[in-house]
Amino acid sequence: MPRPLSPADGAPARPAPLGYAPAPESRASVRLRPAYGLFVDGSFTEPGDATFTSVNPADEQPLAEVTTATEADLDRAVAAARRAFDGVWSRTSPAERGKYLYRISRIIQDRARELAVLESLDNGKPIRESRDVDIPLAAAHFFYYAGWADKLPFAVPGVPAPRPVGVAAQVIPWNFPLLMLAWKIAPALAAGNTVVLKPAETTPLTALAFAEICQEAQLPPGVVNIVTGAGGTGRALVSHPGVDKVAFTGSTDVGREIARAVAGTGTRLTLELGGKGANIVYADAALDQAVEGIVTGIFFNQGHVCCAGSRLLVQESVAEEVVGRLKERVTRLRLGDPLDKNTDIGAINSAAQLARIQDLARAGREEGGEQWSPDCPLPGSGYWFAPTVFTGVTQAHRVAREEIFGPVLSVLTFRTPEEAVAKANNTPYGLSAGIWTQKGSRSLWTARRLRAGVIWSNTFNTFDPASPFGGYRESGYGREGGRHGLEAYLDV
Amino acid sequence: MPDTVATWTAPGNAVLRASLDALPGVDEAGVHARVAALATRSVKTSAKARAIDLAVRMVDLTTLEGADTPGKVRALAAKALRPDASAPDVPPVAAVCVYPDLVPVAVRALRGSTVGVASVATSFPAGRAPLEARLADTRAAVASGATEIDMVIDRGAFLTGDYRKVYDEIVAVREVCARSDGEPAHLKVILETGELAGHDDVRRASWLAMHAGADFIKTSTGKVSPAATPDVTLVMLQAVRDFRAATGRQVGVKPAGGIRTTKDALRNLVLVEETVGADWLDPRFFRLGASSLLNDLLMQRAKLTTGTYSGPDHYSAD
Repeated sequence: MPRPLSPADGAPARPAPLGYAPAPESRASVRLRPAYGLFVDGSFTEPGDATFTSVNPADEQPLAEVTTATEADLDRAVAAARRAFDGVWSRTSPAERGKYLYRISRIIQDRARELAVLESLDNGKPIRESRDVDIPLAAAHFFYYAGWADKLPFAVPGVPAPRPVGVAAQVIPWNFPLLMLAWKIAPALAAGNTVVLKPAETTPLTALAFAEICQEAQLPPGVVNIVTGAGGTGRALVSHPGVDKVAFTGSTDVGREIARAVAGTGTRLTLELGGKGANIVYADAALDQAVEGIVTGIFFNQGHVCCAGSRLLVQESVAEEVVGRLKERVTRLRLGDPLDKNTDIGAINSAAQLARIQDLARAGREEGGEQWSPDCPLPGSGYWFAPTVFTGVTQAHRVAREEIFGPVLSVLTFRTPEEAVAKANNTPYGLSAGIWTQKGSRSLWTARRLRAGVIWSNTFNTFDPASPFGGYRESGYGREGGRHGLEAYLDV
Repeated sequence: MPDTVATWTAPGNAVLRASLDALPGVDEAGVHARVAALATRSVKTSAKARAIDLAVRMVDLTTLEGADTPGKVRALAAKALRPDASAPDVPPVAAVCVYPDLVPVAVRALRGSTVGVASVATSFPAGRAPLEARLADTRAAVASGATEIDMVIDRGAFLTGDYRKVYDEIVAVREVCARSDGEPAHLKVILETGELAGHDDVRRASWLAMHAGADFIKTSTGKVSPAATPDVTLVMLQAVRDFRAATGRQVGVKPAGGIRTTKDALRNLVLVEETVGADWLDPRFFRLGASSLLNDLLMQRAKLTTGTYSGPDHYSAD
């Protein structure tokens, strides 16, 4: 009679992990120039006298030299946008504008692999995310707003013939470079505006690749202008007298500064700023999926997400179980080479951001929080921070109040739904929140009381071009995405 | 988590039902999202070679047809012992899986080897026979030398909420798996998840079967569609993980039905790796119920070794 299998049967005595061999995505699809000028009036200028270096945050190696735009450069870019608005784009039929946007979406899809690799090189995010989230969503935004271009009479209730605003100055952050560009440019162009966009100084490369895409799509010169530089360039752009509309995504401090600069000028303004999102887990949640949602909420894109679920609020009766499961799950996250297809956690975008995360983590320890990370070796070069969970956190701790913008989760507990809502709302921000419960009535009860622009139920960090996104209070104002996202670019 | 013996042996259905209904729910969209994310894992080169050999060792090579004959079973047994005639380093599979009346044939063909003989029993696949008949079916298979019994639960009883009946029948089958001359036959309990009402039911049925003494929980008979979806396998892996945490006993998982390609098998192994970890990456705790999968594993293995595909006719069709 055959015997049941036993360990002696030639199998390893102890089962071994499967392990994944290195699976790096090739860099061959990316053709970088050694130095980039600005993209103004449909063509690239020669690289300027003042340049800065964009580095790969995973190994600190330089990727390309990029020009710092001067005030004269900005004047030329704004003037090109004005000429294009007056002379071409505002006279282009809505259906034709839509065609250009469709063409751009398709080119993004055609060049998806190249753009994903480039985004991961410049930003440090895992290729799994740039390939499966950033680039497909960027294309989706252009597709979505392409469809709106000839349906603008239905965009704003009661406004049957809305007109474009004019020239938009747009300043975007480094966390989702191409996606944030798409959020800004797609609705602006669909509504008939022209734009001058400045990408973040640590991640300018996909915006410059997008400039090539505009050329490939034969977009009329001046409709899209890309200017590069650091904070000073951004400040000069948003306060330029030639712009009709300013759209900014970034930190709350800079947002305040822009609001002051723009106040009283008649320039329209939308701000999408920071957040300290609460992720509320009730005892009756589907716990395994809630744990996945907690992980997605804070470790997606290394936590460089304005709407991150950085405060976990878990009902006390399941707190121990949830934190236990969470730690087990976090132990399985794979940190390392952003271009490896199996990497879950990539590099921190810059040395400055890493220093800020380290500083806040230190404050968390000093204030009595208990810091935990899995046993997670960090690469020798580049900017890295292990996924981190703080327990024993109270509302008074800095790690529960300040936006860390890194892979650091603060765990707080609550006893009743009322207490969950009170704690969730006890923040100057109001961008995002998550609710985990299997009970629909509890989910609706909670959502009605939360002060947040985006509330997810039994999911987190889920995005769709048709869904408006934006914040309350210190998280900014205005909405991007969906029909609502058009209103900021229409004169209504 | 309900884990006291009293809960499970309390007379009547009410306590049992309350305990199972108290398990945390399963969010189907969340499960699907997790499975989709894990499907992007890239298992290549040396990792793929190791994974393919592990998958071969986990196969329960199966023939469950009305037309099965001793000749067919002997051919299957030969294939199980030596899957690839041209590559003697390919390990044997875990077991062959046959109907009860063909167990003696399989036992003779596999005598002295490490390959187990699994028999479906309890009036597979519907299970719609009187309990006595189902137990007799099982006794016959065990007496003929089956080392593993793949039983089906009474889905009708489960769907009417009579968890007590399902539990007691698993216990009864487990009792007749005992053998006077050696180890009891290992009991795999088939939940037939394609006939249950969603993932919450899969989790309840998993806990019920584990508490009743299952050595393995198995997704499907292979006769009902959908069979072993990755979503259901993930839910069952979470159940065995939580059951071990609660009771200390480690139960195996066997997805069966619809796993045809090496890619399917690797996705299953990735689910194991990232849900329950290495402790389950072993044929004693994870099996793949399949018939056509083995040849695809062999072809992919040869591709890794030689760099070329040799085509299906280079592998025996059994």
